[in-house]
Amino acid sequence: MKKNNISRRDFIRRLGIGASVTGLALAGCDNAAKKAAQSENSLSETSDDKMTYRVNPKTGEKVSILGYGCMRWPVIPGKEEGQDEIDQETVNRLVDTALANGVNYFDTSPAYCKGRSERATGIALARHPRDSYFIATKMSNFAPQTWNREASINIYRNSLKELQTDYIDYMLLHSIGSGNGMDDFKARYIDNGILDFLVAEREAGRIKNLGFSYHGDITVFDWALANHDKYKWDFVQIQLNYLDWKHAKELNPRNTDGEYLYGELEKRGIPAIIMEPLLGGRLSNVPDHIAVRLKQREPEKSVASWAFRYAGTHPGVLTVLSGMTYMEHLLDNLNTYSPLVPLNDDEIQFLYDTADLMVQYPTVACNDCKYCMPCPYGIDIPAILLHYNKCVNQGNIAENTQSENYAEARRAFLVGYDRSVPKLRQASHCIGCNQCSPHCPQSIDIPKELHRIDRYVESLKQHPTA
Amino acid sequence: MLKRIRQILAVVSIVLITLLFLDFTGTVHKWFGWLAKIQFLPALLAMNVAVIVGLIILTLVFGRLYCSVICPLGIMQDGFAWFGKKARKNRYTYSAPKNILRYTLLGVMAIAIVAGISWLVALLAPYSAYGRIAQSLLAPVWAWFNNLFASWAEAHESYAFYSVDIWLRGATTLIVAVVTLVVLAVLAWRNGRTYCNTICPVGTVLGFFSRFSLLKPVIDTSKCNGCGLCARNCKASCINSKEHTIDYSRCVACFDCINKCHKGAISYTRRRSAAATDNIADASSRRAFLSVTATIAATAALRAQEKTVDGGLAAIEDKKIPERKTKIVPPGARSIRNLESHCTACQLCVAACPNGVLRPSTELDSLMQPESSYERGYCRPECVRCSEVCPAGAIRPITVADKSSVQIGHAVWVRYNCIPLTDGVECGNCARHCPVGAITMVPSDADDDNSLKIPVVNTERCIGCGACENLCPSRPFSAIYVEGHEVHRVI
Repeated sequence: MKKNNISRRDFIRRLGIGASVTGLALAGCDNAAKKAAQSENSLSETSDDKMTYRVNPKTGEKVSILGYGCMRWPVIPGKEEGQDEIDQETVNRLVDTALANGVNYFDTSPAYCKGRSERATGIALARHPRDSYFIATKMSNFAPQTWNREASINIYRNSLKELQTDYIDYMLLHSIGSGNGMDDFKARYIDNGILDFLVAEREAGRIKNLGFSYHGDITVFDWALANHDKYKWDFVQIQLNYLDWKHAKELNPRNTDGEYLYGELEKRGIPAIIMEPLLGGRLSNVPDHIAVRLKQREPEKSVASWAFRYAGTHPGVLTVLSGMTYMEHLLDNLNTYSPLVPLNDDEIQFLYDTADLMVQYPTVACNDCKYCMPCPYGIDIPAILLHYNKCVNQGNIAENTQSENYAEARRAFLVGYDRSVPKLRQASHCIGCNQCSPHCPQSIDIPKELHRIDRYVESLKQHPTA
Repeated sequence: MLKRIRQILAVVSIVLITLLFLDFTGTVHKWFGWLAKIQFLPALLAMNVAVIVGLIILTLVFGRLYCSVICPLGIMQDGFAWFGKKARKNRYTYSAPKNILRYTLLGVMAIAIVAGISWLVALLAPYSAYGRIAQSLLAPVWAWFNNLFASWAEAHESYAFYSVDIWLRGATTLIVAVVTLVVLAVLAWRNGRTYCNTICPVGTVLGFFSRFSLLKPVIDTSKCNGCGLCARNCKASCINSKEHTIDYSRCVACFDCINKCHKGAISYTRRRSAAATDNIADASSRRAFLSVTATIAATAALRAQEKTVDGGLAAIEDKKIPERKTKIVPPGARSIRNLESHCTACQLCVAACPNGVLRPSTELDSLMQPESSYERGYCRPECVRCSEVCPAGAIRPITVADKSSVQIGHAVWVRYNCIPLTDGVECGNCARHCPVGAITMVPSDADDDNSLKIPVVNTERCIGCGACENLCPSRPFSAIYVEGHEVHRVI
């Protein structure tokens, strides 16, 4: 413990926030306490040292408001394409720093990082006492050949093995509602008896909390909550951020506004775990003038900190997940949440106004989760969409050849495109088979977007100058 | 003074010509593309009368200045000779002209052109020999440095440089280039312009005219003390200091002798004049052509990974070149026959092609001459680079608009490779990318409108650009490929 304190002090000194944070912390606690008292279903809050914690109403355990998402572990690029390896040494350092600074929730899945996340997370965590953190993992039986009972149970047993533990703190049905809606959900969890199996495991104590994560078809979400009395969900993981609160459905009719999802959980007193608070970085890598707008209001806070404070401000939130690849991300988030200073109504309205401005940009709602991969025809889908978004945000999409910046925008787009995506993996090779779209948690019509981008690339190539 | 001017012009000339082969952006071509077009043999094959007459007049006035400042192979040899002279001063001696060899080789060249023995023409043509050296040996180095800059630029979020593919376009051409370079380097190092005065047919032709040139180096016997320093520094071995004569058919107007003479006995001056004579060889027809392309080595076949989430990237198999009954030559070539009878295999078009389409042929009949294939890219609608750069009239200038109406081939569908039929998924990538709308997707089952769609090609509209072949997801062989046309058609 003493060692931890020293490193924490070191860390604070490094960030140079020292005394000012202490002041803020006191004010923040006060504020948070007031906020907590207002809502009946809000989770009670404590402040251990500096990290803000929320209390799980069932178990009474204190969960850090910052949860570590293990979907984006750093990798060391391999010599050949696709031969990258998880950078275990850095993973260990990240986990050590997170634990030392009060993070105690680690969320992984058998599917993450091409199936290597659980092992890497397990290696890093096993170096610490098992009772100093909570592990969340998922039943990621996406592939139809894993829908049978034996294959699914194998996935579960393998998770325990990879994570080097004999119990899971938080077990989730992974992304219910994705793919073919209710049909897939029934095939994955109901007809094969896997949900009953997991409930039994909870009774046996090998699963402490059982819940689900949701994307896509809202009927599955509603069905699951309608059966809350039967399954007694201990928590539910939803996508929540200031863009999706009111705009999710507007941006894509197949998605549901965060306001509804959170409201349904709040009604039933089910703790919410938040994923995509930052939309895979889309709420930190924003168009230039949006960034200016946010920085102007809080010049010393990062753009990302707004999104994290927003997610944490909701009192029914148990923890907010962030897939932190770099130490800088982790330090910034620790800064934001040590302690959490909830947003006031004025600030929340400011973010909603910001969201209204953001939806005017034609970015594609890709969060780089890579669930669509691998494309059987070799397309690097997220890389294409990310490159396009980057060009949109940097103002490098030319309306037409008469645009003032046509030549520069064209060069930036085409040269950057070849750098970000090898030629054979570019959108021109997308055949439109649509095997990817059902996997997309954001319900993006991927072939449509790729063909749109390809048409844009073609028009740029065919018109070298204005 | 004259020597200094010659050296400066020569260096500028070879640097610019070399840049024509190295610069893949097309910028240098815009300004200095004419340097390739004033090369003798390509101009002759292009029937470029103005250039030929101009070069002959130049020679009749100044002597073989062409060989000293215009021909890149000549300048390159001077470079090696310069190093040779550093190693041992005063190394040359006078030798008698090898007229029998020279005129025999000129005759062989003329016969080769007339009879259509294109590989022989390509081997003997001096500018093309240099082009192959520049394209095969220097261009990859240039591209490598460019890619280095590109990676730095990338690190600094700059778009000033972009990286390009470095790939072996033809092994035969590379070997020929290396052998040419080594042989010429050794010859030039030891004996100066041996190649130019015994083998090069252009040298022989120009030598014929330079005998009558208006200006030439002349020895003033009243000043000459017979030291022989001029002869020992004459890289053309054409000064007979004992007799005080110069063989003007071999003198390449380098002016080294004028500089060397301590007595000021040699001056570049006017003496006798002579009338120009008729032109010689003429371009002519060659045999018709039929060839099948060899397949290049391809990586081992790899099936796409099983579909799971977050599963990384599926392996992509390299495309293989299909067996084409008729090879494809770029628009502007007009016909395979026209290309073969004009091309000197200089590789300028191959170096200029930004889409990885053109590469030197490995067939003996058309050795090292360009041909098209679409496994790395396709003949893009906005590009007419090869037609702009060709100095020999093998690929005639065309506009982007012309290109969209020239049929260089037609697409052929291969049922057993087509993805909707093999994988059972929607595709239509060929139809989506056809620039002339020649491909329509139709239900594979005529009775069922909802059945997966397959492409049908309207060959009357197809221009053979290869977009369909290149972008077809079927690997290693595309389900749609282009058959060339012997004679291009305009629609």
